[in-house]
Amino acid sequence: MQEAVRNNVLWIVFGATLSVVFGLLIAVLADRSRFENIAKSLIFLPMAISMVGAGVIWNFVYEIKDAASPQIGLLNALWVAVGGQPQAWTAQLQPWNNLFLIVILIWLQTGYAMVLFSAAIKGIPGELLEAARVDGATEVQTFFKIMIPYIMGTIVTVSTTIIIFTLKIFDVVQVMTGGQFGTHVIATQFYRQYFTNRNFGYGSAIAIVLLIAVIPVMVYNLKQFGERRAF
Amino acid sequence: MAANSANSKQRQKLISDIIINGALFLLVFVWTVPTFGVLVSSFRTRFDIQTSGWWSILPHREWMKVNEFKPDKDLDRDGVMTIKGLQGTFKEFRKGIETPDGTRVTWIGNKRLGRIEVQERRWTMRTDLTLENYTNVLSGKKYALKDAAGNEKIVRGDNFWGAILNSLTVAVPATVIPIMIAAFAAYGFAWMNFPGRKILFVIVVAALVVPVQIELVPILRDYVKLDLNGTFLAVWLAHTGFGLPLATYLLYNYISGLPRDILESAFIDGASHFTIFTRLILPLSVPALASFAIFQFLWTWNDYLVALVSIGSKPDVQVLTMRLAEIVGSRGSDWHLLTAGAFISMILPLAVFFSLQRFFVRGMLAGSVKG
Amino acid sequence: MRKSLWLLIALMLVVTMVATACGGAQPPATEQPQATQPAAPEPTKAPEQAAPEPTKAPEQPAMESTGLAELDAAYAGDYAGTVVSMAGPFTDEDAVKFNDSVAAFEEATGIDIQYEGSKEFEASISIRVDAGDAPDIVDFPQPGLLGNFAKQGQVVDVRSFMSGDYLQGQYLQSWLDMGTMQGADGPIMAGIWARFNAKSQVWYPKKAWDEAGYQIPQTWDEMLALSDQIVSDGDTPWCVGIESGAATGWPATDWIEEIMLRTTSLENYDKWTRGELPFDSPEVKNALQILSNLWTDKYVYGGQAAIVTTFFGDAPTPMFENPPKCWLHKQGNFITSFFPAGVEPGVDYDFFYLPPIDPQYGKPYLVAGDIYAMFNDRPEVRATMEYFTKGESLKSWLAAGGALAPQKDASLDWYGDDIERGVANLVSQATSVRFDGSDLMPGEVGAGSFWKGMTDYFSGNADMDTVLKEIDASWPQ
Repeated sequence: MQEAVRNNVLWIVFGATLSVVFGLLIAVLADRSRFENIAKSLIFLPMAISMVGAGVIWNFVYEIKDAASPQIGLLNALWVAVGGQPQAWTAQLQPWNNLFLIVILIWLQTGYAMVLFSAAIKGIPGELLEAARVDGATEVQTFFKIMIPYIMGTIVTVSTTIIIFTLKIFDVVQVMTGGQFGTHVIATQFYRQYFTNRNFGYGSAIAIVLLIAVIPVMVYNLKQFGERRAF
Repeated sequence: MAANSANSKQRQKLISDIIINGALFLLVFVWTVPTFGVLVSSFRTRFDIQTSGWWSILPHREWMKVNEFKPDKDLDRDGVMTIKGLQGTFKEFRKGIETPDGTRVTWIGNKRLGRIEVQERRWTMRTDLTLENYTNVLSGKKYALKDAAGNEKIVRGDNFWGAILNSLTVAVPATVIPIMIAAFAAYGFAWMNFPGRKILFVIVVAALVVPVQIELVPILRDYVKLDLNGTFLAVWLAHTGFGLPLATYLLYNYISGLPRDILESAFIDGASHFTIFTRLILPLSVPALASFAIFQFLWTWNDYLVALVSIGSKPDVQVLTMRLAEIVGSRGSDWHLLTAGAFISMILPLAVFFSLQRFFVRGMLAGSVKG
Repeated sequence: MRKSLWLLIALMLVVTMVATACGGAQPPATEQPQATQPAAPEPTKAPEQAAPEPTKAPEQPAMESTGLAELDAAYAGDYAGTVVSMAGPFTDEDAVKFNDSVAAFEEATGIDIQYEGSKEFEASISIRVDAGDAPDIVDFPQPGLLGNFAKQGQVVDVRSFMSGDYLQGQYLQSWLDMGTMQGADGPIMAGIWARFNAKSQVWYPKKAWDEAGYQIPQTWDEMLALSDQIVSDGDTPWCVGIESGAATGWPATDWIEEIMLRTTSLENYDKWTRGELPFDSPEVKNALQILSNLWTDKYVYGGQAAIVTTFFGDAPTPMFENPPKCWLHKQGNFITSFFPAGVEPGVDYDFFYLPPIDPQYGKPYLVAGDIYAMFNDRPEVRATMEYFTKGESLKSWLAAGGALAPQKDASLDWYGDDIERGVANLVSQATSVRFDGSDLMPGEVGAGSFWKGMTDYFSGNADMDTVLKEIDASWPQ
C-alpha cells in the first residue's frame, strides 16, 4: 500500500502537472498557428484510442529485445543507436520506471486539457488581445498578463479534473505492467484486493483514502464557488 | 524610417511564426510517432512485426548475404581461426568481423554445424505490406477445426460489425442523456440561488473522485432487483450516472464564466430562468457542450468495465472494446491483430471529433457580448 | 451553426434507434433463465422418481442410460427449451471450440448452453456473484478463486446429485481431491474437471536437434550436461520468458512447482500449496536455488535480464530461427499456438518430459485445468454438469486440439494430433499428477505475491530471502 501511495504521488506530481502544462502550451501555440486544426487533431488522437490499443502502441515504444537482435521498440532502437545497452524501461530502475508509464498518461490526457483550454482561449475577446499587442506587449507578456487571468477558471477546472483522473489512474498500469515491478497505484491495488483476493473492506477504505486525498482540491473549488453571486 | 520599422516588424512576425510553428511541429511529431508506428505495423505480417522495427519499411542500410560456405573441417574452433584472411575467435566471428573493403564475415549457427556468411551492407527496405490483419479483424478470424475423422471445417469467428453497432447503441444515448441533464444542473449552480447549493456542489465534486470499480457491485445488485441487467437501458443509465458529475462540473465552469451583464439585462426584461437557459445559455454554450460531447462519447466508446457489468459479453451484445480484447486470442498469441483493431476502433471517435471541432471557433461570444 | 449541431445530434439519435431496433431482433440478454422460466421443474427431483426411460425419444438411436438421472431425463427431451448460462474465460478460438463441443448435446437435449466468455473474467464473476446475478455454471481456470466462493457457501455440492462411486469411475482420485474444497459447512465437491493442460513438457526444434545430434536427457543431470554441451557448441540452451502483463511471473512459478515435485515428497508439495509449508523453508529455497542455477546468463537466451522482459508467448520464437538461437523451452501444451505459422509438429518441433531430479520422487506431472462449478441448482443445470463429467463432452475439442481430457472414459484415439496424444499418454503413465500449485493457493499468493516475488527475484530487484519472506507474509491471516 505504501508503494501504491508513493506511486500515486509520482503520478500526480509528474503526470497531472505535465498534462496541464502541455495542454495549455499546445492550445496557445495552435491558436497562433495556421496549422491549428491538423495540430489539434493529432494531439487529440490518443484520446480516441482505447486503452488496449494504447497498450499496443506503447509496447512498440518500450519493447526490449536482447542485445544481439535488432530492436523493435522505438526507444531501445534509438538508445542502442547512440551506443546504449537495451533497457527494460518499464521494469528496471524502480521507482523511476513509473515515469515511463506516466508518459503514457500525459500522452493520453494532454488532448483533453488542450480541447478545454483551446475553447477557453477562443473565448477571450479578440479586441483584448489586439489592444495588448498594439500597446507593445510581447507574446510572453500577453500570455501571462492577459490570457492566464482570463482563463483562470478553466485552468482550475482542468487541473481539478486531471488531478482527479490521475488519482484514479487504473487502466494504464493494469494494461502495461499490472502493478508488477513496483508500479501498483491505489486503484490497481483496490482492484486486486477486491476482485482477486475478495477482501471486501478494502473497497470502502480506498474510496475514503481517495476522498481525503482530494480535500485540498475540493476546498479550493469551493472557495471559488463561494465567491460567485447568483441571481 | 517608417519602412524600416515595418520591415523589422515583418521580420519579427516571421521569426515568431517560425518559433511557434516549429515548437508546435515538434510537439505534434513526438505525440504522433508512437501511433504512426503502430499504423505502419498494422500493415505488416506477424513475423515482420516481431523481428524488425516498423521503421525498417523506410530505406536503410542492412547487412545482406552475398556468399555462404561451410567452414573448413580442421579449423580450430576453440582457438583463433583464420577465415577469408581474417583472424578471430568463434565469439568474434559470431558477432561478425568487418574487412576494410566494407564486407563482413559472420559465423551463423553453432561451432560444429555453423556456416560462414560473407555479407555486404546494402540499401534496402521491407515493403511486403499486407491487409491480412485488417481482413482478419473485420470479417472475423478463421478457425480450422478438425473433426474426429480428420476432416477440416472452417469456422469464422465474430466480426467487428456487430460490435461496432453495439458500441454505437451504447455510446450515443450515453452521451446525449447526461449532457441534457448536466446543462440544466450547471445553469442552476451558476446562476440560481437555492438552499443547499453549496452542499450539492461539494457532492458533485466528491462524486468525481469515486472510482468506477468500487460502484460496480452495488449497481449490478440494483439492476438485478429491477430486472434491468443485460439491457441497453442499464448501460445508458450507468454511463449517465458516471458521466454526470464531470459533465455538471465542466459545464458549470463554462456557464458560470459567461458575462454577467447579458443575463442581467435579460432578467431586467423579465425573462424566466427557463427562457434564459434555452434562448441564451444553450446557444452560447455550444463549444462547451461540443467538447464535453466529444469526451463523453470517447469514454463510453472506449469503456470496457461498465459495459461488461451491465450488458455482459455475449457475442450478440458485445461492445467493440470486448471484441478488441478478445482478438488477441485465447492465450494472447494473436496480439499483432490489435494493431489493426485499434485503428478500426478509432475511426468513429475521430469522425465525431472532426465533426464537432467546427464549433471551437473564436468569436462565438464576441458577437453577443458588447465588449 | 447551432442548427447543424442539433441536426447532428438528431442524426445520431436516429442511428441509435435503428441500432437498438436491430438489437431487438435478437433480444439482448435480458432474460436470465430464471425470468423466462416461471414454472421451473422441481429442482429436488429424487433420482428414483426420474426413472430413466432411455428409449423414449425414437430419434435418439439406442440412447443408453447414462446412469445419471438428470442426464437421462435431458436426453429424453424433458428439458428441451431451457437455457443454461455459463461464464468463464473462453474467448476467441477456445469459445468456438467449446461451442462446437457442446453442439451435439444441445441438439440431442434441446438445452441451450449460453457461454459468456470474457477477458476480465475474474472481476466480472466476482461482481456478478456478489450482485446476485450468478450464472448457472462458472468455469474457473484457477481453483483458488473457486475456493473463495465455496467458502462463502455459494457453490452447489456436486455430490448432492452425483454419487462418489460414479465420480470415482470417471476421474482419478487426485482430480477428485483437487475438486474437494471447504464449503460453508464442511468439505464439498465444489466442481468437476472439464479439461486440462499439461505443463511438464520441454519443447525442442526437432530438425536442427537431430542434425546437431543432441540426445533427449533422461535425468536432470543429463539435461544440465546437454545444456553445457550446447554452450560449448557456442549457443545458448534455454528460451525463457516470464512476462505476461499483469500476470508476469507465472511461468517461473510453474518451474518452481516442477522442481518442488522432483525434489520433495507429495505431502510436502500439498502442504506447501495449503500454506502449511512456508516459502521460507529449506525445500522451497532449494527449489528456487536449483532454478537460479539453471537461469544464468550462460544458459538463458538473451541473458538473465531477458527473463522478466520477454513475453512468454514470444519466448520460444528464437527456437525456430535457422539455425536456432536457443534449443529448449519448458511450457504447457498450449504453447504450440504461439509457435510461428507453418511449423510442423513432429517435424519442426517435438517435446520430452522434464526429467526427474531425485529418482525417489518418481515421474510427477504438473497440470492445470478448468473446473466447472455450479451456482444455481436446477435439473437442466445438473444434467449439463453431468454431461461434462463424460469424456464425450470433449470429443470434438480433442479432435480439434487445444485440450486434454481428465475423464477416464475419454479415449486416446480421439486426439487430433500426435503431440497431444503423446502428452495425454505421458500424463496417464505419470507416477503422480499434481495441479499447478499457484492456482491452488489463495489469490493473494498464487495470483499475486508468488508471481511478483519471482519477478522481483529474477529481475534482480530483491534477494531470495526477502522474496520468500514477503510471500509468506502475504498469505491471508
